[in-house]
Amino acid sequence: MKTLTGAQMMCEALIAEGVDVMFGYPGGAIMPFYHALPEYPQLRHILVRHEQAAGHAAEGYARTSGKVGVCVATSGPGATNLVTAIADAMMDSIPIVAITGQVVTSLIGKDGFQETDVTGITQPITKHNYLVTDVRDLPRVFKEAFHIARTGRPGPVLIDIAKDTQNARGVFEYPETIDLPGYKPNYDGNRRQIKEAASLLNQAKKPLIMAGHGILLGHASVELREFAEKTGIPVITTLLGISCIPEDHPLSLGMPGMHGWVHVNRAIQECDVLFTIGARFDDRVTGKLDSFARNAKIIHVDIDPAEVGKNVVTAVPIVGDAKRVLENLTEIVNPNDHSEWVNHIREVQATRSKRQRDPESGMFTPHHVYAEFTRILQGEFRVCTDVGQHQMWAAQLIEYMKPHTHITSGGLGTMGFALPAAMGVQVACPNEEVWAIAGDGGFQMNLQELATVVQESLPLKICIINNGYLGMVRQWQELFHERRYSATPMWSPDFIKLADAYGIPGVRVERAEDVAEAIHQARATNGPFLIEFVVEREVNVYPMVAPGASISDMFEDPSEVEIEDVVAVK
Amino acid sequence: MKHTLVALLRDQPGVLNRSVSLFRRRGFNIESLTVGHTETAGISRMTLVIDGDTTSVEQVIKQLYKLIDVLKVSDVTQDPNVTRDLLLVKVYAPPAKRSELMQLADIFGAKIVDVVPDAMMIELSGSPEQLDRFVDLIRPFGIREMVRTGCVAMTRGASTISGPYQSQEFRAA
Repeated sequence: MKTLTGAQMMCEALIAEGVDVMFGYPGGAIMPFYHALPEYPQLRHILVRHEQAAGHAAEGYARTSGKVGVCVATSGPGATNLVTAIADAMMDSIPIVAITGQVVTSLIGKDGFQETDVTGITQPITKHNYLVTDVRDLPRVFKEAFHIARTGRPGPVLIDIAKDTQNARGVFEYPETIDLPGYKPNYDGNRRQIKEAASLLNQAKKPLIMAGHGILLGHASVELREFAEKTGIPVITTLLGISCIPEDHPLSLGMPGMHGWVHVNRAIQECDVLFTIGARFDDRVTGKLDSFARNAKIIHVDIDPAEVGKNVVTAVPIVGDAKRVLENLTEIVNPNDHSEWVNHIREVQATRSKRQRDPESGMFTPHHVYAEFTRILQGEFRVCTDVGQHQMWAAQLIEYMKPHTHITSGGLGTMGFALPAAMGVQVACPNEEVWAIAGDGGFQMNLQELATVVQESLPLKICIINNGYLGMVRQWQELFHERRYSATPMWSPDFIKLADAYGIPGVRVERAEDVAEAIHQARATNGPFLIEFVVEREVNVYPMVAPGASISDMFEDPSEVEIEDVVAVK
Repeated sequence: MKHTLVALLRDQPGVLNRSVSLFRRRGFNIESLTVGHTETAGISRMTLVIDGDTTSVEQVIKQLYKLIDVLKVSDVTQDPNVTRDLLLVKVYAPPAKRSELMQLADIFGAKIVDVVPDAMMIELSGSPEQLDRFVDLIRPFGIREMVRTGCVAMTRGASTISGPYQSQEFRAA
């Protein structure tokens, strides 16, 4: 029988799992794998400039394609650099497999050079992880790892492989079946519970659908729309749920929560049945828990039983896959019309403007940039955002029309996410227009990846919203910390010269009338392009719910902040 | 109220560590935890006692189930069950006090497992409350060293918790 090295088995397993691209960075303990890699030209390897970026790129790839993203690093520092991205994937339920080299078996536990207990470190931030020290285990471990990553509630799985195991030889037989008696995700919601949900929805006068990331992860956008249209129930979308329903749909209301819209939060407070699917009642959505959706009976659909009943009291819990539950529910629920209720919410919406007054300084607001984005791009793009003010504006102000077009770091809130994640998105969708939008702070956390963008000829469009501050922290300092701008003013290099050093063309925009032209120029450029928008420095994200306050108490102007609201700062 | 949970785990590297790390991370208050072999090779059994007033028992069960190597979790608190804790205690026992201690031990069905001129080691297994009462009684004699194992529990009757997992594959291992 033909024998292979462990490293060859790793490549064979990746191919068997349908992997065609991975993001990584070689080093001592993973060298046998990199030695085998050229024998498998069908496996594209993208060399990043920092392992964290490999993790985020794998996430970006997974978040767009729905396939498992793969990142590779060496032991010790290589593996620890992956940690942030793995934690990010865990919080947002992203299917990635992280492969790390480990020191040779005889050195494990002896503090060998570049040894780190990576399975120990990543235990709370992975769905599961493995340390492989016997080459005979490799095929099974890969099979299980990909299965665990992509099924049920998706999540990151790490495989740590000792260097001598990568070199050892063995017979390669990729298993066809999986034997995991302790892992059996439940896909079909309980029939009786679904019936109960239907009858609750049939009787509801002011029902509301809160759609989360689970709709996108479960590829249930079509089913969600059919369900909403049959029942006439309006849909609100959480930060990670954005793009699961076209935002110009008459039933689509927008985002709830800390920086959600007033009409959306008010709808939550007024509704009598809140049908939540694929969302986990994050504190940024609920605000003060005991005043959240006080008038509503809550139906909660989630594939993870532990999420049901974790944060809010649920009238009808349903554990199941979003797509299947919606299909079953749509079948039995009564057709209905709630246009009066929708109109009522729209009336509140009509009293608010998305536009921001033009500042007296003569500079322009970020709002102007986002308005131009929506006008020019016409929904034909994918956007990757970083974390902070620009992220909230991108969620509020850009209109998303197609699933998986808004990619962001939600649960972990990882600055430095946008650029590397956008690389993964671009690799997954080579022929689409992909924009990385970041603030001046977040961009500088992973700007080294400009080199990867060039080396891999990724035609990314990069947009920096530069306000010279760590803007969101500055906003909190302004509102809740006596305007003490501690460590938030930020100097930046000349981003255009910087891009030029990497061979990336770019333009700095300092006047409102040049915004559209710059976007056109970026689009007309074959290859990567960078725009720096120098915007009004102290613009805040509104509306806002103070941390720990009720979502009923939104303010739209700093003068409305009541300090009592802010006592329980979380 | 105290809850007793029984969990079946696959014998895989790190499974105990995963469980314990989960309790720490989620801030679950665990009063006692024991792990040991079962009738099936490859499967361990964990008994947990949780303070249900400070920790959501439902969340403990659900979060445990999320661990890939956890096969089953069962709250046996409300079921008729036998719960046992094991105590070893070394008591100050000069010759004048010996007989009194031996009488107390006898009443509780405890065993004297070691005697030296001025000390005695007593072994007692029973319900945690029984052990508490015994310890209270001998405390005035002067406890020099004490250890308790934490509870193990099994439901009464013919049915088993591990039923579906007593398959051939685990026996073979």
